[in-house]
Amino acid sequence: MKINRRAQQRTVEIVSNKRVGAYHHMIFAVGDMALHALPGNFVAISVGGPGSAMVLRRAFAIYRTHDRGNYGGTLELVVAPHGQGSKWLTALPMHATVDMVGPLGTSFGIPTEPVNALLVGGGYGSAPLFGLAELLKDGGSRVDMVLGASSAGKIYAPLEGKRAVNSMTITTDDGSAGTKGQVVSVLAGLIERYDVDIIYSCGPMAMLAAIQDIATQTGIMHQCAVEEAMACGIGVCMTCVVPLRDETGLVKMSRSCIDGPVMDGASVLWNSSGKIPDGTFGAPNV
Amino acid sequence: MELSVRQMSNFNYSTSFQNAVFPNPIFTASGCAGSGKELAQFFPLTEIGAVVTKSIMVKARSGRPTPRMAETPSGMLNSIGLQGPGIDQFLAEDIPFLQKAGARIIVSIAGESVDDYGSLARRLRGVPGLSALEVNISCPNVENRGQVFACDPIASRSVVEVVRRVLGGELPIIVKLSPDVTDIVSIANEVIAAGADGLALINTLLGMVIDIDTMRPKLGGKTGGLSGPAIRPVAVRAIYQVHQAFPKIPILGMGGIASGRDALELVFAGASGVSVGTATFGNPNAVLKVKDELANLLIERGFTNFKEAVGFAHRSADV
Ligand SMILES: Cc1cc2nc3c(=O)[nH]c(=O)nc-3n(C[C@H](O)[C@H](O)[C@H](O)COP(=O)(O)OP(=O)(O)OC[C@H]3O[C@@H](n4cnc5c(N)ncnc54)[C@H](O)[C@@H]3O)c2cc1C
Ligand SMILES: Cc1cc2nc3c(=O)[nH]c(=O)nc-3n(C[C@H](O)[C@H](O)[C@H](O)COP(=O)(O)O)c2cc1C
Ligand code: FES
Repeated sequence: MKINRRAQQRTVEIVSNKRVGAYHHMIFAVGDMALHALPGNFVAISVGGPGSAMVLRRAFAIYRTHDRGNYGGTLELVVAPHGQGSKWLTALPMHATVDMVGPLGTSFGIPTEPVNALLVGGGYGSAPLFGLAELLKDGGSRVDMVLGASSAGKIYAPLEGKRAVNSMTITTDDGSAGTKGQVVSVLAGLIERYDVDIIYSCGPMAMLAAIQDIATQTGIMHQCAVEEAMACGIGVCMTCVVPLRDETGLVKMSRSCIDGPVMDGASVLWNSSGKIPDGTFGAPNV
Repeated sequence: MELSVRQMSNFNYSTSFQNAVFPNPIFTASGCAGSGKELAQFFPLTEIGAVVTKSIMVKARSGRPTPRMAETPSGMLNSIGLQGPGIDQFLAEDIPFLQKAGARIIVSIAGESVDDYGSLARRLRGVPGLSALEVNISCPNVENRGQVFACDPIASRSVVEVVRRVLGGELPIIVKLSPDVTDIVSIANEVIAAGADGLALINTLLGMVIDIDTMRPKLGGKTGGLSGPAIRPVAVRAIYQVHQAFPKIPILGMGGIASGRDALELVFAGASGVSVGTATFGNPNAVLKVKDELANLLIERGFTNFKEAVGFAHRSADV
């Protein structure tokens, strides 16, 4: 696999930065980078400004893009102020500029025939699902969505996004919105009710692994966007690897910034953080 | 910025490591440029002095488990563990791409035993289009209880002797040293005696980060190599000491270089070439940026030839 052929490096301007619940919804004027982004792709942003002690880029899933408007092409992100880098980014004022590389990585595969799709997002993992929902709807598919987070403020679900799907289910760990519990607890019911053919997901690795268990039990396809720590986002550092089975059955430590972030859930060897699965290409002999 | 470089068309930016000549002295750093393909998306590889490949081993290697990185103040720790496809696939896939792209190629090799280094040199001897070999000896020697070659003068010497014997005078050998030693000059002395044509300084420094939430080491491999601007003064010192002791041996300097001014420090300390590693993770065009900025800084200071600046910090004040 190669790096996204559309990827470019650009200085981009912030044209909107609004707090929404626990997140910041940020809009950047990115020119023709907006033309080439697909749902599932991400961008990598350098943080901290010149001379910053933060030397690595931060990756963010693309929420949506617009080809042309008052600011030309725009690209939107949903950012959680978490550590130093994301706090710096979300504190930037209008018209500040950042260095962005994108679009990067793989995108969600869109079926050629209409299907019944279930989209599952954890926390800010909902961001790339709204653009995906639009594409699926345009292709005649039924789209149901389930979003989960620890509490209500961490559910990102804008009104127009809610309208774009056939149904929206919310779960929170503390019960402050929707059903109390985790997203996986409601999946089996939704799969049956909507006769789901394919699950698309984005969120923490543990959530994706649990969804794959259900997908395996029910024999449903599952495409997920993984989130492994990335140092470069462009395929040159080998930090972001996950064990992935290729077409020939060989398991390789594969770069999630190039072979992902969107991967076939059934091809990922889950729960292998901290170990190299036996039989992986080049694994130490035991 | 680019203008002044063009105006000074009589500025000679070329450098050499023994018989290998490069149009400019700015290279990638081993393990920080993927297979070359990824960076070719951002600039033509012919623009930079050379591509130094990730260290290749005899057999395929999965590398260490994740998490493999932790950002640290002005740097990062990595515990990749030399993930790679092994020499066969490397020769079949990576090298042809670099040849076709017209890149000048320095292949980095790494082994678990002295024999491994010999086998790798044998496979690379005669491969067309290679400029030099970089020998990464910062690897555990399985034949000596995992002691890192670069920390053991005798083992370092044995590795370089074998590679020299296999290659004859065909390809320049650049031996990459670890800063994690008490006396880097004495290790340099051993590998030069064994036939090294040049030295690469410095590899990463061993470090650790503990996650205060899990209360355990953060990296899957527990320890990792520290790189980035945080280690630059260590690189400057190591290069200065080694150049002082062996002024005729060309040095490829690296360690935290992100700008032309950073590179200039290494050049003044004694580097004939400069590799850019971690900075590429923050900026895909970092290698080109360093190349342009360094040329401008040299021209501003009245140098007409890059080589005149190498080791300048060693000259006495009245010269
Ligand atoms: C493909 C991908 C998509 C992402 N999309 C979004 C998004 O849409 N919105 C959003 O808010 N965040 C997203 N993230 C997480 C984001 O990249 C940062 O990791 C997060 O903002 C924390 O960075 P920090 O500097 O604030 O925290 P720090 O804790 O200071 O980060 C230190 C370092 O650890 C890395 N790191 C820490 N936590 C994670 C994690 N969970 N996953 C990966 N790397 C981590 C950081 O990249 C950084 O290099 C995404 C990450 C990836 C890999
Ligand atoms: C992710 C990563 C992978 C590396 N892989 C190798 C390698 O395979 N062989 C090697 O000799 N050095 C390797 N290095 C060390 C670099 O080549 C370089 O010596 C070091 O990082 C210091 O330079 P920098 O601060 O510019 O990165 C690696 C460094 C990093 C950060
Ligand atoms: S983040 Fe560097 S290779 Fe994927």
